[in-house]
Amino acid sequence: MRSPALPHRFLVNGRDVEAIAPPAMRLSDVLRDVLGLKGTKVGCDAGDCGACTVLLDGAQVCACLVPVAQVVGRSVETVEGLAHDGRLHALQSAFLRHGAAQCGICTPGMLMAAADLLRRVPSPSEAEVLDALGGVLCRCTGYRKIVEAVLAAAHGGAAADPAAGSAVGARLVRVDGVAKVTGTDRFGADAFPERAWLTLRAVRSPHAHARFRFGDLDAFRRCHPGLVAILTADDVPGTNRFGIYPTGKDQPVFAEGYVRMLGEAVCALVGDAETVAAIRDEDVPISWEPLPPVSFDDALAGAAPDLHPHAPGNVLCRGRVACGAADSALASAPYRATIAIETGFVEHAYIEPEAGYAERIGDGIEIVACTQTPYMDRDEIALILGIPPERVRIVPTAVGGGFGGKLDLSLQPMIAIAAWRTGKPVRCVYTRPESMRTTTKRHPARLVAEAGCDAEGRLLAFRFHGDFNTGAYASWGPTVASRVPVHAMGPYRVPNVRATTAAIYTTDTPAGAFRGFGVPQAAIAHEALMDALADRVGMDRLEIRLRNALRRGDATATGQVLDHSVGLVACLEALRPRWQALRAEAEAYNRSAHGPFRRGVGIACMWYGIGNTALSNPSEMTLGLKADGTVTLYSGAVDIGQGSNTVMVQIAAEALGVSPQTVRLVAGDTARTLDAGKTSASRQTFVSGNAARLAGLDLRRQLLALTNAGTSARIVPIPGGVEIRDGERTIRPDLSRLAADANGDVLVGFGRFDPPTTALDADGRGVPYATYAFGAQIALVEVDLELGTTRVLRIVAAHDVGRAINPTLVEGQIHGGIAQGIGLALMEEYIPGRNDNLHDYLIPTVGDVPPIEVVLIEDPEPLGPFGAKGVGEPALIATAPAILGAIEQATGVRVTRIPATPDRLRAAILAARS
Amino acid sequence: MTNITVSGLKKGGALGYLRPATVEEAVAALSARRSTVLAGGTDLFPARVGRPCDEALLDISGLAALRGVAETERGWRFGALATWRDVLCAELPPLFDGLKAAARQVGGVQIQNRGTIGGNLCNASPAADGTPNWLALDATVELASANGTRCLPVAEFVRGNRRTARREDELLVAVHVARPAHPARGTFRKLGARRYLVISIIMVAAVAEFAPDGTIASARIAVGAASEVAQRLPSLEARLIGQHPDPSLVREKDLAPLSPIDDVRATAAYRRDAALTLVRRAIADLA
Ligand SMILES: Cc1cc2nc3c(=O)[nH]c(=O)nc-3n(C[C@H](O)[C@H](O)[C@H](O)COP(=O)(O)OP(=O)(O)OC[C@H]3O[C@@H](n4cnc5c(N)ncnc54)[C@H](O)[C@@H]3O)c2cc1C
Ligand code: FES
Ligand code: FES
Repeated sequence: MRSPALPHRFLVNGRDVEAIAPPAMRLSDVLRDVLGLKGTKVGCDAGDCGACTVLLDGAQVCACLVPVAQVVGRSVETVEGLAHDGRLHALQSAFLRHGAAQCGICTPGMLMAAADLLRRVPSPSEAEVLDALGGVLCRCTGYRKIVEAVLAAAHGGAAADPAAGSAVGARLVRVDGVAKVTGTDRFGADAFPERAWLTLRAVRSPHAHARFRFGDLDAFRRCHPGLVAILTADDVPGTNRFGIYPTGKDQPVFAEGYVRMLGEAVCALVGDAETVAAIRDEDVPISWEPLPPVSFDDALAGAAPDLHPHAPGNVLCRGRVACGAADSALASAPYRATIAIETGFVEHAYIEPEAGYAERIGDGIEIVACTQTPYMDRDEIALILGIPPERVRIVPTAVGGGFGGKLDLSLQPMIAIAAWRTGKPVRCVYTRPESMRTTTKRHPARLVAEAGCDAEGRLLAFRFHGDFNTGAYASWGPTVASRVPVHAMGPYRVPNVRATTAAIYTTDTPAGAFRGFGVPQAAIAHEALMDALADRVGMDRLEIRLRNALRRGDATATGQVLDHSVGLVACLEALRPRWQALRAEAEAYNRSAHGPFRRGVGIACMWYGIGNTALSNPSEMTLGLKADGTVTLYSGAVDIGQGSNTVMVQIAAEALGVSPQTVRLVAGDTARTLDAGKTSASRQTFVSGNAARLAGLDLRRQLLALTNAGTSARIVPIPGGVEIRDGERTIRPDLSRLAADANGDVLVGFGRFDPPTTALDADGRGVPYATYAFGAQIALVEVDLELGTTRVLRIVAAHDVGRAINPTLVEGQIHGGIAQGIGLALMEEYIPGRNDNLHDYLIPTVGDVPPIEVVLIEDPEPLGPFGAKGVGEPALIATAPAILGAIEQATGVRVTRIPATPDRLRAAILAARS
Repeated sequence: MTNITVSGLKKGGALGYLRPATVEEAVAALSARRSTVLAGGTDLFPARVGRPCDEALLDISGLAALRGVAETERGWRFGALATWRDVLCAELPPLFDGLKAAARQVGGVQIQNRGTIGGNLCNASPAADGTPNWLALDATVELASANGTRCLPVAEFVRGNRRTARREDELLVAVHVARPAHPARGTFRKLGARRYLVISIIMVAAVAEFAPDGTIASARIAVGAASEVAQRLPSLEARLIGQHPDPSLVREKDLAPLSPIDDVRATAAYRRDAALTLVRRAIADLA
């Protein structure tokens, strides 16, 4: 039991407060739960993420590591204290202007760390900024825009505000930006009403593979007066199964006597927060019978027992694309290269752990939680509760980073069942270790690839097989298995291809969706082959890519002819001068180098099909006009930090012909918006953006028809209504005589878009995606040959995005993707049960992301909204292969076991010497 | 005492949260009942993620006597509550350049502002950046209990992974460093897999005292994260005497005291190899 609550007096943002709390309670919890100041965020409770950074007597500290007893009589400053009299602090406005807040979960901590610096050092150098922010992690931005913003706030260099009225193509400040920089945005754990005090905590398996039986749970519950319920599989009202694919629902909410992974939920404790936190899993009467775990090696060797009855040999599914005659073409190719690559699990490491609450309302359920996919959540919860989807309402909170990891259900089924059974609202917040142990990861891959070319470097054939460890449950395994073969040869013209994949069950953490669905792993293989072929043929590494780059009119391996928006050549040509300059710079450095440091430059290309693979994935949106002239966009697209809220508003405004400032937004509530599909597959700008555009056009058409105006008429919002200016004519329609719908809208424009694709045949032939994003990146690295450490010194990225609806947001996506690519290449590998925290699992800090140059190529996609495609996932795919190629240039060794940690790189350097 | 609360007996002992104002009260409380000492909390709270602090806590942050860095008659005294930031801000001779470099690299600024040198030593992590520095500085710890105080060399204080010679009724009060006979210089090299907020894969602290002719009069080299407890390298220290700092004096067999392990951060073989490189670089730093 904790010590009783005592009063603690201290200053918060200059105000005297008295907080009644146990003396050892973390200051972060006191600020949030006792004083109601939710601007201070909690990402780990362990000092690792810095999201909770506040100032204590003016110095930055992690509030999660400070017992409230130690702040008595002292001064605490939080993000809520930055703005004064409704005016933003210079740092806050700089963060807005520079796009330094994406999801915004790290923003309060970043701002406070920066505020500490600027008070001590009013005019800091970049190095001082890095040192000051080194203790706050950001997973979205790649830090560069944050550093820029802090420097700008200090030195006063204001970026120009976007001109009012400009929509598409403008550097519009995020529509949800002010909430993010003031700490008022509500994330999963910020949204709890007081009545949702009942807390759920899952009891989880300590074994990767085991059978189990419960003892007397009723007696156990009676021993703990604070426990309201213990929920098991028997309490699931509907089906105790969920999963992404309708035919592949293989994951139980609560295990049924058998677990296939460490941390699998076996039951859940529901009670007051203190009671459920105080009970240790070991105290719950469960008898375990551990079974041998099934590793990736075991499963591949076929030696393991089947984990699922529907998957003989533990093969979840296979994928294949074939054209021409790969074997014979390879056999006769004048130049050949082969590579085997192995990658590990990668954790999304969004700074916001899963959180939410559920409430039973009559015969329906309402879930307020962070999610990337409200409509899929709704349908799955309906099946689990055994009720129709219309009785499930999903209200997404702001999402503190997703990257694919919040596409799958996590705590939603458990809180839904708990609220359903107890009739009371129930909350749950995952701890960082729980989040890391139990939610999906990037698939570990074992790849073997071979490519052949002629003496001019023209690709003749490509052969690829990839095995992907999908872990205990299917999740997005089938997506990876089907997406990878299409992309496996890279964005090149190859006449003869065979690319196959398999997704394999093991008793590891489930692997699911993570920015790129297996394509980043495959790119490491195909780009290593391009480097090797270039060297063999004696060609420049950029030029060989240019020679083979897909161009307009080329056919892909699936037989799809690319008619539009194939901007890879433009990307490579834009990079060429930088490539030559950086290579010369690195060579000069190495010539004069003494000591252990060597530099290298690498280049890599990527492509990425936008939207689901050969599956319908429509989005629908509405744009409403009220009698008073208010325009509201109802968007079901969830903004997970990438900026879709802003992009949708810009597109709808442009289509309607008004300034984006006049469009209000209602986002992502399944009761008020239409289905805009998932925030995944880089599809929101392209697919949902099109729906927003069509909704805008539809509303425009209706409004112009109402006033008999011509198609070029201007729509001008005026106080109390709208004005239509058609040449000499100005019309003010009397909107109040039109009937209003439930939202109060008198005219509603509707838009629906489903990207045109076809099913693929047995050889993977067809049109899997309506359009593709292309890109190429250069990395300059410095390797310490004696220690095997790699520092990335610069990245130059060229991306064909079709059209940059908002260049600041596009750059933000590219920066963030590059930071994750650096992590993938150099430091990130999750090992189930061994590094489920953010100090053993390393993601890049502000000091690990170098200056980034971005070149935006706009080869418009006629199908896209104003020519736009997507950029979310494409951003990270080329980074790791470019870095690995650069390391090879610097050291002469190709690292094939990823990440290239210092010990692996050093071992490879030593092996190459002996 | 301020804020005394004892919430009654539960399985295993008295519970509560004490925040005494004097060392006497603190050691009296420690001998009266088993408690966990709490200083900056940067090791204590991370070890309690997702569960309540359900033990008796003795918060020593109110003990003014344990604060600060000061020059004394015989050398320097680092109060157990001196934070890494205090170390960074203290005016100290080049002897402490290694300790300062360590202070600059512990966690991020938030951790440097709160984490104490006493907590770092008492927590006794094999990767604690303080420990090899204290070994290289030949530091002594001062422990207080209701029965009086005693002093121990750091080498005898840190016993193993999370094990120290501290008795449960003792408080670490200060760390003492004697003034060297000759002008001295220190250095520290830390290797991690990212730039900030990183636990050492390996680290090396070195201190040398220099004779008037610029040769080494005495040297102490310690390697951390390569064994349960950071280790000095006696054969190398002996060889350096009378020489100018020269990395080529370092031999592989000097690393014999190390017993690195494989873990999530690196392999044992790599640690051994990297230790050799870092020791050489540390010696070069001393030149
Ligand atoms: C994100 C993060 C990064 C970190 N990075 C590093 C790093 O790079 N290098 C590094 O070495 N460490 C690092 N640490 C660990 C930690 O910050 C340091 O060890 C710090 O110095 C501990 O001091 P403290 O006052 O916070 O200890 P506390 O957490 O208060 O105490 C630690 C332990 O020592 C005991 N204790 C404390 N003071 C005394 C005393 N005077 N007498 C008796 N017992 C006592 C406590 O009971 C407890 O067991 C990091 C921690 C975090 C959270
Ligand atoms: S929540 Fe405090 S550092 Fe992560
Ligand atoms: S914006 Fe930094 S974590 Fe999302």
